[in-house]
Amino acid sequence: MVVSATSRPGGGRGSGDPGGPPPPSGAGRGRATARLSVRLRRVGLPYLLILPALVLELLVHLIPMVIGIGMSFIKLTQFYIRNWSAAPSAGWSNYHLAVDFNGPVGRALLHSFFVTITFTVVTVALSWFLGMAGAVLMQGEFRGRGFLRALFLVPYALPVYAGVITWSFLLQRESGLINHVLVDQLHLFSDKPFWLIGQNSFFSIIVVSLWRWWPFAFLVLMAGLQNIPQDLYEASAIDGAGWTRQLRKITLPMLRPVNQVLVLVLFLWTFNDFNTPYVLFGKTAPQEADLISIHIYQSSFVTWNFGTGSAMSVLLLLFLLLVTAVYLLITSRRRSDA
Amino acid sequence: MRDPRWLKWVRIIGLGLLGLFTVLPIYVMITSSIKPLKDVQGDFHWIPTTITFSAFRDMWSTVPLAHYFVNSLIVSTIASVISVVVAIFAAYAVSRFKFAGRRVFSITVLSTQMFPGILFLLPLFLIYVNLGSAIGVDLYASRTGLIITYLTFSLPFSIWMLVGYFDSIPVALDEAAKVDGSGPVGALIRVVIPAATPGIIAVLIYAFMSAWGEVLFASVMTDESSRTLAVGLQGYATQNNVYWNQIMAASLVVSIPVVAGFLLLQRYLVQGLTAGAVK
Repeated sequence: MVVSATSRPGGGRGSGDPGGPPPPSGAGRGRATARLSVRLRRVGLPYLLILPALVLELLVHLIPMVIGIGMSFIKLTQFYIRNWSAAPSAGWSNYHLAVDFNGPVGRALLHSFFVTITFTVVTVALSWFLGMAGAVLMQGEFRGRGFLRALFLVPYALPVYAGVITWSFLLQRESGLINHVLVDQLHLFSDKPFWLIGQNSFFSIIVVSLWRWWPFAFLVLMAGLQNIPQDLYEASAIDGAGWTRQLRKITLPMLRPVNQVLVLVLFLWTFNDFNTPYVLFGKTAPQEADLISIHIYQSSFVTWNFGTGSAMSVLLLLFLLLVTAVYLLITSRRRSDA
Repeated sequence: MRDPRWLKWVRIIGLGLLGLFTVLPIYVMITSSIKPLKDVQGDFHWIPTTITFSAFRDMWSTVPLAHYFVNSLIVSTIASVISVVVAIFAAYAVSRFKFAGRRVFSITVLSTQMFPGILFLLPLFLIYVNLGSAIGVDLYASRTGLIITYLTFSLPFSIWMLVGYFDSIPVALDEAAKVDGSGPVGALIRVVIPAATPGIIAVLIYAFMSAWGEVLFASVMTDESSRTLAVGLQGYATQNNVYWNQIMAASLVVSIPVVAGFLLLQRYLVQGLTAGAVK
């Protein structure tokens, strides 16, 4: 057999590493030219395999991103949409406009930024908590377990617009279920409150986002729980550890790597989420729930000012890069300490 | 693990509340779809007083729902299938080969996950508009443009998950196939893909769902002829009337394919996550 002893095939026959010594193989006795072409194929193959993914990522993500950065430096208004190479240069003025917190544009952006941060932190924390509670309580065998698991995943499976549009019906002032329960049945308010405009819209968007995102946390954490070896629990049970102790000493520490990824992904998805507020509120969100993605969309497509919108997007990306880098640095350091 | 007695009650109450929270909108969606219009415009009632299926009949004519449905189906199916094939090749390369740029490729692909969609929506919109007029390929407001866009959305997550999945398949299996005379691609097709079927199905569901539910790009990149359900459902709210019963009926109908598919195949998603992503 010519199977290489290394666990990764990269070191063996399929090696694309030009520095590695040629492994002993059946083809090794062929003529030099044939060997060269085989070698070229081997080196080129991984690139050929990633080529389609690379081209698509370049076309839809990376090139547009570079263009987006370029757009943030020009005065791209509705007059130049069809012929945007003719748009006059703007220098840093789009950025000045976006971060001038005394001006109306900058102030609105800052406000939207803080609304989004608060919204994201609350939603991620609660999503994680509900997902964790659900996954832990679903441990063990009991009747209806399979049904409940399927049920909990339905909000995640539903298309955003279908789920969220139903919430907007529930939250209608006159005909919605929420006011019917709170006002008509529980008599908590004397007058029917508005849920989709004004102060309350912030709570509405949190509840709706939570409803959509906690099943994802639940799904990932359930998969994570399945990977914890059962004998850990059995051994600790013999040592007399109770349920709470097992949760603290086994379940939570074992889930830490899963949690690290889950929280980051939830943070980025919630922070960037456009679909939920857009379907719930429409093109212009109420002040109190003016999430950043809707805000930028509104500044770009409703007012047709793409330059400023791009500058805002670039600032947003820089912020997310910073948060992700710091987060990865902290979590990986903690992991190497442990 | 022996459960204490109190845990039983925590479980019943905890799971009960979660179940209630989950089910509330679904209950309203179903019951409101069989109410007549006047019953969804007045005070809310838990139990429908009059049951009618007229909303399920009228929803096809209030907006061209069937047309949007077909658009969504074409776009989501093609995008998810291509995306999975592309992801399989890329994940195989990352999992089985050491090549210069491997780490850069993985990191670049994953980092696109954190880009706000709005950041490349504007440039992509302009690229599609200008490319259309320059070379005569209709990308803006066409299903082709939407397919290309959507298939890249699920790509990073798909590649990431499949790399994890492929890594968990013993390399000895590939080697055995190669001894039998297959090249690396033969080993991928004959050994790795069959062994990774649960992961591939999971990725396919994910890709289809994300395309079926996408709103932002659909709202900017489509016109009447290429409009998908995500935007089309907003047509039930006209200036004079909001047909809530038809909205609920249509939401129900457009959700059934994805929810049914998801629930049938969810164990693959959990398996795929267990083997790959959360390992």
